[in-house]
Amino acid sequence: MNKLWLIIQREYLTRVKKRSFLLTTLLVPFALIAFVVVVAFIFSYSANQNKIAVINDSGLEIKLKDTEKVYFDVANESLDDLKKTYQKKGYNGVLYLPKVKNLKQTEVRVKYYSEDQISITTKEFIQRELADKIREIKIDSSQINRAVLESFNTDIALEEVGLSMTESGELEEEDKTNSANIATAMGMIMGFIIYLVLFIYGSMVMRSVMEEKMNRIVEVMISSVKPFQLMLGKIIGVGGVGLTQILIWAILIPTLNFIVSLVIPIDPDALQSSQLTTAQSEDMMYQMAMVIENVKAQNWGLILPMFIFYFLGGYFIYSSMFAAVGSAIGDDLGESQSLTLPITLPVILAIYIAIAVTENPTSGLATFSSIFPLFSPIVMPARLPFNPPIWEIVVSMIVMVASVAFFTWLSGRIYRVGILLYGKKVTLRELGKWMFYKD
Amino acid sequence: MFCKSIFVHIKSESIQMNILELHNVVKTYQKHTAVNDVSFNVPKGSIFGLLGPNGAGKTSLIRIITTITRADSGSVILDGEKLSSRHPSQIGYMPEERGLYKKMKVGEHLMYLAQLKDLSRKDAKREINYWFDRLQITDWWDKKIEELSKGMQQKIQFIATVVHQPKLLILDEPFSGLDPINTNLIKDEIAELNRQGTSIIFSTHRMEQVEQICEKIVLINQGQNVLEGDVHAIKQQFKEHLFQIDYNGELPKSLTVEDETNDSYRILERKDNQLIIKVEHDKASNELLNYLMQNGVYINGFKEILPSLNEIFIKQVEE
Repeated sequence: MNKLWLIIQREYLTRVKKRSFLLTTLLVPFALIAFVVVVAFIFSYSANQNKIAVINDSGLEIKLKDTEKVYFDVANESLDDLKKTYQKKGYNGVLYLPKVKNLKQTEVRVKYYSEDQISITTKEFIQRELADKIREIKIDSSQINRAVLESFNTDIALEEVGLSMTESGELEEEDKTNSANIATAMGMIMGFIIYLVLFIYGSMVMRSVMEEKMNRIVEVMISSVKPFQLMLGKIIGVGGVGLTQILIWAILIPTLNFIVSLVIPIDPDALQSSQLTTAQSEDMMYQMAMVIENVKAQNWGLILPMFIFYFLGGYFIYSSMFAAVGSAIGDDLGESQSLTLPITLPVILAIYIAIAVTENPTSGLATFSSIFPLFSPIVMPARLPFNPPIWEIVVSMIVMVASVAFFTWLSGRIYRVGILLYGKKVTLRELGKWMFYKD
Repeated sequence: MFCKSIFVHIKSESIQMNILELHNVVKTYQKHTAVNDVSFNVPKGSIFGLLGPNGAGKTSLIRIITTITRADSGSVILDGEKLSSRHPSQIGYMPEERGLYKKMKVGEHLMYLAQLKDLSRKDAKREINYWFDRLQITDWWDKKIEELSKGMQQKIQFIATVVHQPKLLILDEPFSGLDPINTNLIKDEIAELNRQGTSIIFSTHRMEQVEQICEKIVLINQGQNVLEGDVHAIKQQFKEHLFQIDYNGELPKSLTVEDETNDSYRILERKDNQLIIKVEHDKASNELLNYLMQNGVYINGFKEILPSLNEIFIKQVEE
């Protein structure tokens, strides 16, 4: 036990003390935040104000609203003249409103003349503005009572209500509006984080095992400790490094985000088109509030511990397999690919299954793959926001614990043979045989 | 001088006199028998040569002794006790292919390896400092392993092997890659450790080193013990009764004739003032010397030519 602890310490400390670890751990959050800030700036500053000359032959009194991004100037010249001179006069283009002969007309063909292409948002804005303005004029000129007209508009809101039975047998209702989308997003994010962790830290374990074998320290080591202790110590040590890194990120990213938002206030509207109508932006705000409300309403007391459980379980299963493969590989990284494929394949498969499962969280595939130990580390966390049945979680966890024990034991059997074998190209078949070698 | 331990070597089969005993050890890997019924004893306080050509099973044997692997059958007794997982801390093993963690600092690396051999932090530090002083590398503690030359790394590996004061030291080709100065330095340290009572198993192909260093050897070939015993006794066993005579003066006529043969001796070689002869019985050498002296030949030197271990090794392996 004491020796195992020494190994864990070394594996952990040598990595954490490395300059590259400090750099990635600290730089990633900064880079991420810097990225968000830069994107925000690009969005808020990219649009130079467009100046558009308007020739209004429609016969209607239309005054287009100026915004930060587009400015309208009523021109009194003829269209033909302006087509030649608009650039000299500092316009980006000429907007031509043709004669509207009849207010009952339901289509008006407006033309925009310019050498440059108009941006989609500006185009949509002009179309919306003109339609609104003409509609107002049509309403005013008709006999319709505006209030009556407004009353024809109906907003429909579909609210989802989750049903569940309490222990006392009463029916309980729960607002679930928007929760499906949010559950999907959250599930995918959690599944994806575990997917990345399995690959990044799993291959870190593999590389480290290969290095030990190649520089021949391993023979010195196993004359003092059991090969299994060495492997386990490495897996736990590297796992600790991973946990540390993620923990630091989990603290640093929100903190930095908060600081940045204090120092550089980013108007959320700036990210959106500033040409949104007030009603639309109010709607957006409402949606945002709903999302935040929903994320908060998730069962975090269950999700967080479960996430860490599957994170660790998946890491142990896969990194021990990576260690076994690492022990079998010679100095040639190329030959490792045929051996790592059986490990990487289930991980990749699992992320696809996770996508399918978030679409359909109660399917048979969902149940199977959140219990099957090679898939469950990714699939189960992805399913957690959908409140899977408790029995499935319990079975999945039991299977996971048993599998962790089984896979580390199995990998240990391969590892102890592999680390002492040199100069031989190993096939998968041989790896299988090694499990049955005696000491 | 180096090989002669100050400990009195008593030939005895009693357990206490042997640091290591192997009894009928067998190890098979699938279809290949690496160690086939090998038995030998390593006397306490001796320097013992474990010899054999490549692939003979030396490494397999060493791995069994160091508890890296287990024998399929037979028994290994270390200092009177059956070998178990408690014993690695009493053994120091320097493999032929040896490495270090390149990114670690010398001091922390040695601390790590010493603690894995059950030394406390305090003891480990004291022992490492002792060895740093001895090998005059006191300023190396904070150096990174990758900054050291290969020879310097060998010194660190040597310290790692002996830092926990093992009863039994197993050195596999300890001088490979060392320059003559460092070879002598390490040789002296090994001799000193032996003087202090450490038993040493020395595995190598370099027969002249074995002859210099070892008192007893075992020769392994194809997984079997083909020869075992005292270096001196083995040489006697394989001697071919050859003698070299250095002389001054004229040889008697009968000895200068090319095809001169005799019941007692045969002249194999004639050089300037030197004869190599093979005698057929014990008294023959005396008879020849008498004959030479009576004929006015001055004898400058007379010595028996014993086979080198190298010759014995090759002969045994090729048989």
